[in-house]
Amino acid sequence: MSGLVMERIRHAYGNIEVLKDVSIIAEAGKLTCLLGPSGCGKTTLLRLAAGLEAVQDGRIYLKGKLVADGKSNFSIPPEKRGIGLMFQDYALFPHLNVFDNIAFGVRNMTTERRTWIEEALKRLGIAKHRNSFPHVLSGGQQQRVALLRALAPQPEILLLDEPFSGLDVTRRAQIREDTLTFLKECGVAVLMVTHDPEEAMFMADHIVVMKSGQVVQAGTPVQIYFHPVSAFVARLFGEMNVFEGKVENGQVATPLGPFPIPAIPDGQFAQVLARMEGIRLVSGRDETALKTCCATTGRVEEVYLLGRSSHLHVRVPGPFGKGEAVLHVRVPGVMKPEKGALVTVFADPKQVFGFPLH
Amino acid sequence: MTNAASQTATPNVPKVPAISGWALGTLGIALVLAAPMLWVLGIAAEPSGDIWSHLVETVLSRLIWTTLALMTGVGIGTFIIGTGTAWIVTMCRFPGQKIFEWALLIPMAVPAYVIAYVYTDLLEYSGPIQGLIRDLGGFETRRDYWFFDIRSLGGAIAMMTLVLYPYVYLLARAAFLEQSVCVLEASRTLGRGPWASFFKVALPLARPAIAVGVSLVMMETLNDFGTVDFFAVATFTTGIFDVWLNMNSPSGAAQLATVMLVFVIVLIALERHERRLQKFHHTSSHIRAIVGYKLPPLRAWAAFIACALPVMLGFLLPAAVLGSYALNFYSVTLNANFWSFTLNSLTLSAAAAFVAIVLGVFLAYSLRLGRAPWLNAVARLAALGYAVPGAVLAIGILMFLGFIDNFVDGAMKSVFGVSTGLIFSGTVVAVTSGYVVRFLSLSFGAAESGLAKVTASMDGAARTLGAGPLETLRRVHLPMLKGSIMTAALLVFVDCMKELPMTVILRPFDFGTLATFVHQYASDEMLPEAALAALTIVAAGIVPVILLSYTIAKSRVSNLGAQTEPDAEGGQ
Repeated sequence: MSGLVMERIRHAYGNIEVLKDVSIIAEAGKLTCLLGPSGCGKTTLLRLAAGLEAVQDGRIYLKGKLVADGKSNFSIPPEKRGIGLMFQDYALFPHLNVFDNIAFGVRNMTTERRTWIEEALKRLGIAKHRNSFPHVLSGGQQQRVALLRALAPQPEILLLDEPFSGLDVTRRAQIREDTLTFLKECGVAVLMVTHDPEEAMFMADHIVVMKSGQVVQAGTPVQIYFHPVSAFVARLFGEMNVFEGKVENGQVATPLGPFPIPAIPDGQFAQVLARMEGIRLVSGRDETALKTCCATTGRVEEVYLLGRSSHLHVRVPGPFGKGEAVLHVRVPGVMKPEKGALVTVFADPKQVFGFPLH
Repeated sequence: MTNAASQTATPNVPKVPAISGWALGTLGIALVLAAPMLWVLGIAAEPSGDIWSHLVETVLSRLIWTTLALMTGVGIGTFIIGTGTAWIVTMCRFPGQKIFEWALLIPMAVPAYVIAYVYTDLLEYSGPIQGLIRDLGGFETRRDYWFFDIRSLGGAIAMMTLVLYPYVYLLARAAFLEQSVCVLEASRTLGRGPWASFFKVALPLARPAIAVGVSLVMMETLNDFGTVDFFAVATFTTGIFDVWLNMNSPSGAAQLATVMLVFVIVLIALERHERRLQKFHHTSSHIRAIVGYKLPPLRAWAAFIACALPVMLGFLLPAAVLGSYALNFYSVTLNANFWSFTLNSLTLSAAAAFVAIVLGVFLAYSLRLGRAPWLNAVARLAALGYAVPGAVLAIGILMFLGFIDNFVDGAMKSVFGVSTGLIFSGTVVAVTSGYVVRFLSLSFGAAESGLAKVTASMDGAARTLGAGPLETLRRVHLPMLKGSIMTAALLVFVDCMKELPMTVILRPFDFGTLATFVHQYASDEMLPEAALAALTIVAAGIVPVILLSYTIAKSRVSNLGAQTEPDAEGGQ
């Protein structure tokens, strides 16, 4: 197996267990994202991979070669591993200029490497800062220097710790895109840590979702978004409409009609989650739409214009016409129905998920 | 004298195993450095015959009282002068105030024994002042008029106060500058006048810093040998010398030294305690430049005189006297082996500075890497020498090196049948190691605070970029530490140049430095003939004062700069 394999990693700081039996694979040539809230252990995983933290339990392989084993206390020191790591705070050396920072890890400065650095500096638009010292650079420029410094020694794998969190929101999207393009050009295997699901979706070929020291789900962005294995994963991408109820005949009753959950036995409680942006809306009573599954009519109660989209509250009848419920719906910004208007709402079944309720 | 910054291993720095070359090296260095102090305690525990009971019966209580009186007197004196001038210079605006900000530090350059020699020369019976009084009053003998005796306990207190108050001034001023003006303004709006605000708000807030300054002053007072010896004031230091050299009793000297260590422990405890308090006395992070109260003419004069007097008496006058002597007698000094003494001083100080820097950086870096909790305690023990009086250290070193010499000699005799004699004792190695033990905390503290500037992820970055611990030290830490290391080296160097008690005890036979040369000549009432050497020591002492005021000025500029300059990019 090429790339990075971390097998059954357990790790504790004192009595606090931060990683509980975590296994991940970051394949060569692909960008793998560790996604999870802060404190879920993802940065510790990166530090273990880089060798900055001693493995307590589990093994790490790089390109099929064992680099660390908790059982035998075997560990190749970080400087011998050939792993590049870009720190969240960039950790540029203040006493070296941009070029020397980047060249720090290059053991053998051949003309080829020199040309690569010069070209990369031009490519990322910081060639004119070649001889500047880090403190005069902007955050975005420092980020690019840190990236090049980690890449310059041609690591087997590049680890990125929250690479965009230090950046201004207005610049983040642009820098993210530039970075992705550049990394794809380099063709290096990347393992990146982030708490931003949108960033993970945008960057990753493969996403590993973590929660309190455990892997919850691993898969492609499509799998994570459209086939979440738990409510936690589904809710990563924003708040959802949640309906709870008992499973009867393999279905749970919701205001949008019965939703099939064949996996959960009858009589157990389940929750159904529908994405706000997965609910469509047409004005008036639309008979064709109502014939599809998961549809109902209701009245618009509140409208919040958010710019690119609008956030609506739609009051609809409860399951089987009993009671009432309020649906939260996201619609494109140009569509702004009046308050009190009658609308037909119907959910994209691909964006509605059912999970057992514990 | 130094900031014994209390900080443990930096979190998230890639750690080395608990038992590694670094840890063992630290342990080894710490043991060697602590050995002199341990030897003093060991020898003191040995039975010394009748000496101890004799000491207790005769001199001990007098030594304790004199030492306490000296420390209290110098403590109060430096507190009043140091705090008072710091407050005036910080809060008031008057002609010369900008100059006094740094000029008040200068007396620090003059060793207490040098100023004592100068004032004795001026004020004793045969000196120019009393001569003038006799001439003017037409007196014939000493009995015809009253004049105080400079060679007394009071004189020693005055001498030491004049050159040690800058410690208090420095720390008090820093504390006053750190206090938010808002707190003082709040006090004013709540109905307290400027004086009441000073005593009710500013002084209590600055208390921990001032107490640290005073405890450092007291440590220096305990350490002093030249002044009390010259003035024949019976303190512990002179007592130790007396028992050691005249009564020829090493164990008696060690027992006195042990009692002295109790004083030291109290002072260290006081210093540490107040340093910890300092953290909680920051009023607010919102610091505004102090506008300063413009004094009306009469008060401006008073302030000017209050600030000018310490500088006058502590530096200008002694320097002028020495300067005029040096001009008249330089040829005598030059003929009296001046150059070889200078060379000795320079070589010894440079060697000690070099060793202290190497060891200091090693200890600080090892602490950063290490994860064993005992490492921290061990390293701090190694850096404790700054508080231990030179005389005590010197005895310990002499005994420790004697033990090693005997051991080596015995081993060589039994194995090869040759006697090696004394290898270390009575050589420059002994003097150099004394300097290193006493001044290591300077280099260790500098290396430690310098290393704090290197963030943990910089270590990690260097390691993942292929540099091992040693290479990281060489390529990242040392270049970033260069500035603070150079400063620390200079401080150690100058302190070694001025050092007297250890040099007197530990130097090889017939070997002199500038300090011992001045001491010897001045003791023989031949100050003018040694003036050039004394002036050289003072000149060397001025270098760190300049450095210090430069650093202070720079840090203030950058503080203000950080406030006014907008961040280059909001994202950081």
